[in-house]
Amino acid sequence: MNELNKDAIRDLLYRMADDQLILGHRNSEWTGLGPILEEDIAFSSMAQDKLGQSLALYTLLHDLGDKDPDTLAFNREEKDFKCCHLVEYPIGGYEFSLMRHFLFDSSEALRFGMLAGSSFSPLAKIARKFRGELRYHTMHADTWIRQLGGANEESRAKIQSSLEFCFPLALGIFEPSDYEKTLAEQGVFPGESELQKEWLAHIEPLLAGSGLSMPDVSSCKPSYGGRKGRHTEHLKPLLDEMTEVYKIDPSAEW
Amino acid sequence: MVRESLSVDDVWKALEDVKDPEIPKLSLVDMGIVTSVSIGEDESVRVVITPTFAGCPALKMMADDIKDRLGKLTKGNVEVEVNYDVQWSTDMLTEKGRQMLKESHFALPGQVNGFVSAESLIKVECPFCGSRDTRLQSPFGPTQCRAIHYCDNCKQAFEQFKPV
Repeated sequence: MNELNKDAIRDLLYRMADDQLILGHRNSEWTGLGPILEEDIAFSSMAQDKLGQSLALYTLLHDLGDKDPDTLAFNREEKDFKCCHLVEYPIGGYEFSLMRHFLFDSSEALRFGMLAGSSFSPLAKIARKFRGELRYHTMHADTWIRQLGGANEESRAKIQSSLEFCFPLALGIFEPSDYEKTLAEQGVFPGESELQKEWLAHIEPLLAGSGLSMPDVSSCKPSYGGRKGRHTEHLKPLLDEMTEVYKIDPSAEW
Repeated sequence: MVRESLSVDDVWKALEDVKDPEIPKLSLVDMGIVTSVSIGEDESVRVVITPTFAGCPALKMMADDIKDRLGKLTKGNVEVEVNYDVQWSTDMLTEKGRQMLKESHFALPGQVNGFVSAESLIKVECPFCGSRDTRLQSPFGPTQCRAIHYCDNCKQAFEQFKPV
């Protein structure tokens, strides 16, 4: 078998790890602020899962020869981050955070499902594990989207407008990389466009069943750039805050 | 007195003394998270554990507890590796582990076989009165392994060791 392309794998791992780290951090901002206790716990718990998953992904990068996970998470420049724009936004109102959670986690669950069969076996192993964890995230998101979509006119209008705001950002999850062909040919990952197709087919009936209308994909401009290190104005302040303590003394033993 | 050389069984037995930091009635063996034990030269021991959840904050503590316990068994080096070669599922709880969860008033997880169905989280049996007239309150509980339910029969909230 041909040697797998390490640069292609590294690019894929950074995208995923950075998404998990940043969204995990955003989700944790609901701790203590959730609208009801169960939701406070839910977002905190999902934050914990995402940080744990990012750690496992950074560990794979470390095994491939990159720096240690803490350095990768806390000591890189903004331009080196490969997260998509969707995860960068502040938590906003609850309807925004819920919609982001629904759109992102449904794609992530499908991504891990695809990666469970990856030819890069260390990634396949953790994908098989994380897909199970993601089941709880998607069940949570699906339930709330259905409830708020069907509750009353005010909740439906709010959740529909979040959907319209989030949709171009969510399409940015699937920004193609320079390695799409290589990853697919080597059986590492079928590719972002394949994933986007599966994702659209998956969310459309869920949204329709919740009384929501999916924006038209063809007339929607995806928010690209994040995967190439070009970020929204929201990422830098988040990184500054996230790394404030670490940067006082990066060599400190915890 | 000549001591017989250390066996893999001795190690497994000793690991039964190492408890899960979050549910101390259960040992790491009962939890099913010890996936491999091997003995090398000079009675060095290598133990592999697999995380229940990626974000489990107790992993380091469990690894340290294993080293402490096995340090009493061997003068050799004790190495604990955490990896995902075997992916943990609640299907890996031992029968004894399930029994102890029940005694600790946890509702038990059903068989997962690779996929958690939404049905496995509703109408679970109340660990206090045995009724199935129960509701899922939240799939997320005080730790990542637990979901919160409410029993409409005995009017009591309870926790389920959630299926993964």
